[in-house]
Amino acid sequence: MLISLSYLLAASFFIVSVRSLSSPKTARRGNLLGMLGMLIAIAATMLLVNDVLYTSLAILLGAAVGIFFALKVKMTSLPQMIAAFNGLGGLSAVLIALAEIIGGSQALLDNAVGLIIGAVAFSGSMIAFAKLQGLMSARAVVFPLQQFLNLILGLASVALCGFFVFSGNTELFYWLAAITILLGFLLILPIGGADMPVVISVLNSYSGWAAVGIGFSIGNTLLIIIGALVGASGAILSYIMVKAMNRSLLSVMLGGFGLENKSAAAAAGEAKTAKSGSPQDAAFIMENANKVIIVPGYGMAVAQAQHVLREMADDLHRLYGVEVKYAIHPVAGRMPGHMNVLLAEAGVPYEDVFELEDINREFATADVAYVIGANDVTNPLAKTDPASPLYGMPVLDVEKAKTVFFVKRSLNTGYSGVENPLFFADNTIMLYGDAKHVTEEIVSALEEK
Amino acid sequence: MDFWMLLTVFVLACFVGYFVVWGVTPALHSPLMSVSNAISGVVVVGALIVAGNAETGAVRFLGLTAVFLASVNIFGGFAVSQRMLEMFKKKEKK
Repeated sequence: MLISLSYLLAASFFIVSVRSLSSPKTARRGNLLGMLGMLIAIAATMLLVNDVLYTSLAILLGAAVGIFFALKVKMTSLPQMIAAFNGLGGLSAVLIALAEIIGGSQALLDNAVGLIIGAVAFSGSMIAFAKLQGLMSARAVVFPLQQFLNLILGLASVALCGFFVFSGNTELFYWLAAITILLGFLLILPIGGADMPVVISVLNSYSGWAAVGIGFSIGNTLLIIIGALVGASGAILSYIMVKAMNRSLLSVMLGGFGLENKSAAAAAGEAKTAKSGSPQDAAFIMENANKVIIVPGYGMAVAQAQHVLREMADDLHRLYGVEVKYAIHPVAGRMPGHMNVLLAEAGVPYEDVFELEDINREFATADVAYVIGANDVTNPLAKTDPASPLYGMPVLDVEKAKTVFFVKRSLNTGYSGVENPLFFADNTIMLYGDAKHVTEEIVSALEEK
Repeated sequence: MDFWMLLTVFVLACFVGYFVVWGVTPALHSPLMSVSNAISGVVVVGALIVAGNAETGAVRFLGLTAVFLASVNIFGGFAVSQRMLEMFKKKEKK
């Protein structure tokens, strides 16, 4: 009874802790509540454990490793850390299912489900980690008959799962583990770097559903409730990301995006001219503006320009009284909400940061849109050209601002491989160069006078 | 507990999850992921039961490894969430 009550309490705390993420004001308290819930859940479970010494040691060891990496990780590397953690959660579910079956559990189907989802979450996350960390090329890896092979492996795991449940043959369970781990590798391999926000969300969701599977197998409601919560969270985030890219989950998962359009874009690049300007010109125009909207993209994070960007915004506001806002596209970073964290880390007040639907109307009243390290998310073809692969994707209406600055190294296309006609628009000025370097020059020009 | 009872809990929990998660502000979607990462470490409960009452060496080893991995998730997830959320403190405007 005491244990059931503790689990109920822990589950309630977890739900409240996620709920409190509805506002930055309550979020920190919510996180502490989540920790408390976990403490209660572990303490209560310890009452059922005979071998307290070794299990406690395992927890402490895990705590040391987890906290070490959590404190050490750079915020730009956040996505790969989340991917790695997801993978560990998946592997943990796999090991529990294996231990259950070896130990003679009769919950064959439940354990098989926990195993399959956990295994795919594990190996898929390892590939996602390797791509994000740069251990392997972030490009989509495609080879002939890839999707056919995945289909065969998928069908094989379903069949093996069926055979296992009816025969109870433990050996089949090992085969199932091996095949689903292989499947996880192959599923994520063909997915390219900019689709990672979706992949991470999906894998996050899997780690929740794996917990549900384990929960069913040991008849534990806490695991089921929390697994469902995490599963729902990952699923909703995947949905939001997929919508923001105007893709279907299926097309992301089949992979290979961005490969087919490259040649078409190259052919279309005839003699159009883009105006370019110097950082000093940009500083002059911005200091005389009333309102500047900054549109940061992943390129800004790669160039580590977030701190100097915040300096620029501060200078504009403090020295020239310019109103500065930030506009964030949902897929601006490498994971949901990534750009918000990067800006918050650089000291940008969260009240100045706006989501796409909240700020899109304001571009019409803005004097300057400062696009730094972003491209596809501003492409007006998404609104006007039904033939474009981007068509239908929600984009930031930067072209409505009086002047648009693009900080970019070149006129190259973005991840989609689609050319951005805004580069050649009359009110666009290109600022060629490294995002950090260009912004630094603007800052020194602003501070000179 | 019987299967239908567990299934009922599961389905209701999915509804709760759906509504709670849609309430999360987009600015905090990254912390949402790390928090959900941390709480999905609740499989540690299953791992503890397996590891702490194991009858063979192999089961014990698998169980303890699972406890270790889930703990990395829990502590790492909560710690990195806390780090992120500290950055979202209200800042003094100049």
